[in-house]
Amino acid sequence: MKHTISILVENNAGVLARISGLFARRGFNIHSLAVGVTDDEKVSRVTIVANGDDYTLEQIEKQLNKLIDVIKVRTVKPDELLERELILVKVNCTAQQRHELISIAKITQAKISDISVDSMTLELSDNQPQLENFQELLRPYGIKEIVRTGTIAIQTGSASLRI
Amino acid sequence: MAKETITVAAAMVKALEKENIKHIFGYPGAAICPFFDELLRSEIKSILVRHEVNGGHSAGAYARITGKPAVCIATSGPGATNLITAIASAHMDSIPIVAITGQVVSGLVGRDAFQEADITGACEPFVKHSFLVKNADSIGEVIKKAFYIAGTGRPGPVLIDVPMDIQKQEIEFEYPESVEIRSYKPSFTGNKLQIKKAAEALKKSSKPLICAGGGVIAAGAGNELKTLSEMCDIPVISTMMGIGAISTSHKSYFGMLGVFGVRTAKLALKECDLLIALGARMSDRSVTDSSVFDGTTVIHIDVDPAEIGKNAPVNIPIVGDVKRITEQFTEELAPMRHEEWQAALRRSKQANAEKAAEELRGRNGSYVNPKSFIKALCGVLPSKCVICSDVGSNQIWAANNVELTDEGRFITSGGMGTMGYALPAAVGAKTADGSAEVVALCGDGSFQMCFMELATAVQHNINVKVVVFVNNYLGMVRELQDNNYGGRRTMVDLSGSPDYLKIAEAYGIGGETVTSDHQAESAVKRMAESVKPYLLQVMVDSNERSLLE
Repeated sequence: MKHTISILVENNAGVLARISGLFARRGFNIHSLAVGVTDDEKVSRVTIVANGDDYTLEQIEKQLNKLIDVIKVRTVKPDELLERELILVKVNCTAQQRHELISIAKITQAKISDISVDSMTLELSDNQPQLENFQELLRPYGIKEIVRTGTIAIQTGSASLRI
Repeated sequence: MAKETITVAAAMVKALEKENIKHIFGYPGAAICPFFDELLRSEIKSILVRHEVNGGHSAGAYARITGKPAVCIATSGPGATNLITAIASAHMDSIPIVAITGQVVSGLVGRDAFQEADITGACEPFVKHSFLVKNADSIGEVIKKAFYIAGTGRPGPVLIDVPMDIQKQEIEFEYPESVEIRSYKPSFTGNKLQIKKAAEALKKSSKPLICAGGGVIAAGAGNELKTLSEMCDIPVISTMMGIGAISTSHKSYFGMLGVFGVRTAKLALKECDLLIALGARMSDRSVTDSSVFDGTTVIHIDVDPAEIGKNAPVNIPIVGDVKRITEQFTEELAPMRHEEWQAALRRSKQANAEKAAEELRGRNGSYVNPKSFIKALCGVLPSKCVICSDVGSNQIWAANNVELTDEGRFITSGGMGTMGYALPAAVGAKTADGSAEVVALCGDGSFQMCFMELATAVQHNINVKVVVFVNNYLGMVRELQDNNYGGRRTMVDLSGSPDYLKIAEAYGIGGETVTSDHQAESAVKRMAESVKPYLLQVMVDSNERSLLE
């Protein structure tokens, strides 16, 4: 089962290595990992999507909590999860195809971030299924390059993960 | 105290003094020279070991005796990597050490400089925490945090890596009085509701059992364990790390459990209806088949929440300091008796003792029986003794035959099973407490991994006693090959090994060879009376086993 784990950490050197090392050596599979600073520059927030049964999840949480630089760990319940991933796709695009791609961008609420004589780069932030769908829509044009970030997640409603 | 302008190296020494460090175990090298140069001016005694790993083991045993973090020092690169096995051993057994390593100058870090190793990276899986000091001004805070982290909660090793140029830098220094780490708040007191629940469960139990682990010793909870066991008439078994948590001669103690444990302890675990796992992580060595817990109510008391539910199922978890929780737990209870249950275990213990005596009578008399030798040794040693056991068959003989009072200690590498541990551990234990009689029990395999430390003992007048059980085999692996590999023995024959008495003599250490059981007692007496290091070479039948069945 897939779990989305949010971790608040001290923004110290090596903290990401400690976390990823922990996952690797205890045999926990990381699906995706995203990290960025929070409103407090001393604190970073890591979002990890990982696979595992309940025992594995419990161990992941406990082992993460043992790392000195880890301040808080929370696994967000699937029904309270607001997830986003960002994708950048560079596709082949002739002058004749531009209108089609512009309409795809409109429907999917993607942004056109760059354009050249024979290519177009589109940008979309959404949840995973929507990104998969978006990718499929663009595939017929010839995808030149794709880059995706890891998932970031926040809990819906007024509850918040803070120190 | 006002701030003073000193070098980081001098600040490191001052910090260790503030932490009340009396001895350090170390080995020098270019990258740690600024620190050692400053240490010359301190009252702290530096003990030069003969290999960095042994410095780590000595510090570990020192910490186990004092109950406080102890310090080992190495230089960069190979000095630091040599420490890894000792750090990993300390990590497995929850031993508080602070390891300090020199690092190449900051500007060269990451360029594969001479004797550069990413030691914080390499040690990451084996430390409770580590610091690479990049900012000279942080040294005081780093050392304060290191000692705090190593010694509190579940104890463990902390590594501090300090580049050489940083050691030489001048700073305004004042050692912090206190430390605050917002992300590190170990639980101390146990949850009251859980403790009440545990007490209710115990009241309903007719066959309760306590399994004492290394956590009891780490928390200094021996007396609390004894009080609980006596007041509620609960039998006690132990893990290997828990040996000595309660006197081995206590009427309610039934020995070590696990693969190499004694029959009665295994029987107790199988038959009990309620188990109190007290500072015991119930590792794969202790419990091979988790079906023994079927129908058993498990109360797991541990300082580390991650251990709860990891290896054994749990019904009532209680997280916090084992000493404090055992006190709290006892307060909830009234005296109770479990006479039938205790009597059944005593009958089993008695039957096994008779069986062992029977086996002893029918054995080859031209060798020393290591099991009766260990009993004879413990009979002669003062009650305040430290038995440092190595790893292999000798460890199992020691674990199952050692006799300790409340003052005695059994020190071994439990989780990691690190060979070559006993002698450096004895050096550390004796340094920590000169008033205890300290004996290293080694096999001929493990002794050959660490006997260079005889020089450390001689150089620093550390009066350790050494027993080498000689059977010219790596006995435990040989036994494994005999049992599981059709008797195909390979890589276990120790032919070519030296005469260990001559080795001792080469270091100026006296000793003697023991070839039969009746010589044992007098030889042990001469060893115990010696005011200098002494070595007994004990000839053991190569067919002597460690498994009981």
